[in-house]
Amino acid sequence: MFDFNVETTKESSVFDETGLWDFLIIGSGPAGFNAALYAKRKGLSVGILTDEIGGQLHNTTTVDNYLGYSLIDGADLSAKFLDHINTLAIPILKNIRVTKLKKDNQDFELGISDGRTLKAKTVLIATGGLPRKLDIPGEEAYANRGVSYCATCDAPFYKDKHVIVAGGGNSAAEGVIDLAAWANKITVVHRSQWRADEILLEKLKDIPQLSVHLETEIKAVLGDKRMTGVAVYDKLKKKTYEIAAEGLLIEIGNVPNSNLVFGLAKTNDKGEIIVGANQMTSVAGLFAAGDVTTQPDKQIIISTAEGAKAALAANQYLNKTYKERR
Amino acid sequence: MANLLNEENKKQIRDFLKPMKNPITMVLFTKEGSCQTCKETKQLLSEVETLSDKVNVEYKDLNQDSALAEEYGVTMAPSFVVLDAQGMYKGVKFNGIPAGHEINSFLSALIDMSGHDFGFDKKVLERLKKIDKPVNIKVFITLSCPHCPGAVQNAHRLAMLNENIEGEMIEAQTFAELSNQYDVSGVPKIVINDKHELMGNQPLESYLDTLEKL
Repeated sequence: MFDFNVETTKESSVFDETGLWDFLIIGSGPAGFNAALYAKRKGLSVGILTDEIGGQLHNTTTVDNYLGYSLIDGADLSAKFLDHINTLAIPILKNIRVTKLKKDNQDFELGISDGRTLKAKTVLIATGGLPRKLDIPGEEAYANRGVSYCATCDAPFYKDKHVIVAGGGNSAAEGVIDLAAWANKITVVHRSQWRADEILLEKLKDIPQLSVHLETEIKAVLGDKRMTGVAVYDKLKKKTYEIAAEGLLIEIGNVPNSNLVFGLAKTNDKGEIIVGANQMTSVAGLFAAGDVTTQPDKQIIISTAEGAKAALAANQYLNKTYKERR
Repeated sequence: MANLLNEENKKQIRDFLKPMKNPITMVLFTKEGSCQTCKETKQLLSEVETLSDKVNVEYKDLNQDSALAEEYGVTMAPSFVVLDAQGMYKGVKFNGIPAGHEINSFLSALIDMSGHDFGFDKKVLERLKKIDKPVNIKVFITLSCPHCPGAVQNAHRLAMLNENIEGEMIEAQTFAELSNQYDVSGVPKIVINDKHELMGNQPLESYLDTLEKL
């Protein structure tokens, strides 16, 4: 029968665009939401600018490592965060992208995709990550013609089909679990060894239609009108062969969604935004938190904590440095 | 059939629909014989009708009420349209049951159609006003897709604000043949005038950029 995932609260659509905000947050994942909570409690004028409420939480079917919840849907956790934020009446501008960010004297100017411009004394980049691609021939041509980056969204299309899962981390293991109810054959292909949590690997043992090819690289996605398989290279046997399959789920982590700050704040060679202990970037008054930063462990609870740190540091900056410079 | 909505769902939906301004009417088309999710969709709509005095449902048969179906451009079952307080069709259509995550685009459509302001920027509204060609936006979804309700909501809001635009949700599993025809194997997949494709939940501007090029 049917489930109903009702999101009980809705974001505020009232967004005052006049004046100078204390703290504008770009992104509404765990880092952005928690920063909003902490900033509002400090009395800052704070607003959230976001493309999609919940950010990457919506790419996760279930979360079982967020303290206080032994098992919760990613979307439900996002709804709970939004519930909490809504009790403080923090304005959220949804369905937009911030396309420009520049610092003008002390303050920041943000260009929004719907044409408006906003100004803020401090800004938090909490834009998370985007699915990492394999960057191999055929991947783009067969995107959504067999190649997928969202197991929970697309699993029904793989009913009674053979699906390859690329990756060896927690997301890949969870992808296998999501697919198990639909696909009649699942093959994990990963270029090194498993990195997923032991608790997830245990669960994979109960999936009879799963086979695993470790130390194996996917070299190309093959097909005609739709995807028909992949070409792989076994690194140990030094052998190339093909695996026929109707689907390829790519779960190999994320790339930081940091384009907005290129040329403004410093990033590392992976494109992650470099932050100090208080989440401040190389630009005074510009903060970053969550998966978009150099922090190596991309976890919900760590992003949440970074959001809080950033808000507290922004408050301190506004009370001291910002005032002194004025 | 047992209730589809449990007590918690009912309370959530009742609270959610409280801010509805004006009454709305849903016109559901089902058909006799083999019809995947017709029974369930009928039941869902009837259960939601009991949760707000501003929600009304009319039940029609795709074959017997073919003239009305044609008026709303309904060709499949189950399929329903949401009419405003004056009984006007504003291009808001659902093909298949809006269960799972899609319950959210369904509830949003009811609230929006009841006369709520969406908070769109005036520049967006100005661009939207200028779309003067007929536009059909199909949004293919699955019930397990958390990104899909946002895409459906966008299509429906565009439809409500411009009479040339129609937005329809299509549940890809119920209408598997149609999904195959449109080569859908990832969602949300947005197809505009059967020609232009957008993948994933896009900001409004991406829809507008495409509509302006038609």
